[in-house]
Amino acid sequence: MFELSRRKLLAAGAAIGFAATSVAPAFAQDGKETVKAAFVYVGPVGDFGWTYAHDQARLCLEKNLGDKVETSYVENVAEGPDAERVIRQLAQDGNDIVFTTSFGFMNPTIKVAKQFPDVKFEHATGYTTGGNENMGLYNSKFYQGRAVLGTIAAKMSKSGKAGYVASFPIPEVVMGINAFQLAAQKINPDFKTQVVWVNSWYDPAKEADATRALLSQGADVITQHTDSPAPLQAAEEAGAIAFGQAWNMESFAPNAHMTAIVDQWCPYYTGRVQALLDGTWEADNVWLGMKEGEVEMAPFNAKMPEDVKAAAQKIVDDTKAGTYEVFTGPIKDQSGEVKVPEGEVVPEGDLLKMDWYVEGVQS
Amino acid sequence: MLIGAVTGFAVATTTGLPVLGALGAMAAAALAASIFAFLVLTLMANQVATGLALTIFGTGVSALIGAPFVGITTPTFGPIFPEALTSSPLLRLVFGHSPVVYLGLILTLAVAWFLARSRAGLILRAVGESDTAAHAIGYPVLTVRYLAILFGGAMAGLAGSYYSLVLTPMWAERLTAGRGWIAIALVVFASWKPGRMLAGAYLFGLVITMELQAKAAGFNMFAPEVLAALPYVATIAVLAIISAAKRGGANAPACLGKSFRATA
Repeated sequence: MFELSRRKLLAAGAAIGFAATSVAPAFAQDGKETVKAAFVYVGPVGDFGWTYAHDQARLCLEKNLGDKVETSYVENVAEGPDAERVIRQLAQDGNDIVFTTSFGFMNPTIKVAKQFPDVKFEHATGYTTGGNENMGLYNSKFYQGRAVLGTIAAKMSKSGKAGYVASFPIPEVVMGINAFQLAAQKINPDFKTQVVWVNSWYDPAKEADATRALLSQGADVITQHTDSPAPLQAAEEAGAIAFGQAWNMESFAPNAHMTAIVDQWCPYYTGRVQALLDGTWEADNVWLGMKEGEVEMAPFNAKMPEDVKAAAQKIVDDTKAGTYEVFTGPIKDQSGEVKVPEGEVVPEGDLLKMDWYVEGVQS
Repeated sequence: MLIGAVTGFAVATTTGLPVLGALGAMAAAALAASIFAFLVLTLMANQVATGLALTIFGTGVSALIGAPFVGITTPTFGPIFPEALTSSPLLRLVFGHSPVVYLGLILTLAVAWFLARSRAGLILRAVGESDTAAHAIGYPVLTVRYLAILFGGAMAGLAGSYYSLVLTPMWAERLTAGRGWIAIALVVFASWKPGRMLAGAYLFGLVITMELQAKAAGFNMFAPEVLAALPYVATIAVLAIISAAKRGGANAPACLGKSFRATA
């Protein structure tokens, strides 16, 4: 439930956010010798998905900046009043910057940011700072990775059908499904993506059952927008191929795991804390992707044929170079009607409120 | 269940033997149940409140124990029947399961026999139906209840280890996603009768899988949320039918939830 709103994030969210962020440069500030940074997590660091990726980034930040940064975190923080209490406590404890890493922490962060003008706040996946000049927003373009997965899927599938274990029909997830299918369609025009909604971000048993159901319906490639490695394990068991989510999940399915979308928050965290050290921190609102290193692909499985590797790598390279954008027209919707004309690219604002499926998606 | 899941996983990965994992899971969960037993039987704490507290405790403890085991894989049970028997989908339906599944079926039959046919089972039921009468005849009410709770704990542990060793062979916090509660619903659903319990378990399983199978087959007459609600709708419907048919006779043991203090 909580996590639902966490990712709803982008959803209604950032669309408005992008319009509303002509942030004035923050007041002049001096650099710091050391920075105390705190992180607020919605899940356990052991979820091996969303929160795990954030925590790995925190450790990486410590490694990058050494003695100049001191970090702490609070995990399993429920969204709502409890979050406000935790964030306020962290601000009072003398932290210089607080990263709140779930959509539902947005309003509590806004409130606390107002009360502590000297502390910096960074909220992941929200859409507004409530006018606070000491609060920034950040998010990642995960759909760019989905396009790589779709390319691999279409190249390797024999049945021409992928199974998509999805959480909730919100724009973030819809965008991912569409990116996957569009990329697959470019390889195989008849490619189909069958979606199963499990109505949860994290429910290993149900994710595994959904995977088995999809495999029994003829899908031979599995991809997921849920957080546990269970779909990978189920795919491994059946000899199908699959992809990891949020982190490299190869250890769970050494044969099935082709690659994974890896959330790399480390460069962003390092950059922001460094800015604080230098005295150049300003409130920002960023939606970064592969080019900036915030979305990465896990190493390709050695079992993957060379031509597939090359095709996948080309998507990565072209995305980084800015010459590949999966949401480029012509794009047809499920009824076969052209939604995006030839040569046109879907604007970011429209992606963030996407509520229709492209041709070939069965949901 | 979570304590069982994490212990089973920990033991199985450490020793490399899933059988030891399942046994460890049962032992650990029985240990947790003994805390519950001590609280509600000896100290006579409220059973419902203690049960809820134990659930929260188990979630936390399992996360703590499991922390070093996140992100690794475990050996799992191999098939027990020869490959020839699992070649066709129909045969797989009968022979293609993990040993734990067959063990579960055997245990259900054993428990049914125990409750209905054995002397000890009759004593157990007497203790549940009328603690004072059982005490008056000279049965050790508390001892029997202790043993029953420990057995229940061990079974929950075994169920938990099925998650971490068979269904999704890994450990992650809150792995069972609250599915243990279905057991409580099932007991009410089955009105404390093992045979109906087995049928109910399969019915629940069927409805839960149907939701996903229907979606995977592209059956989208209803919104996914409607399909997801099916198991719960089915539960309410069956409960309503049962209680209407039996005029409210849910068949619960008369002393359910009551503490017992020996007098005289």
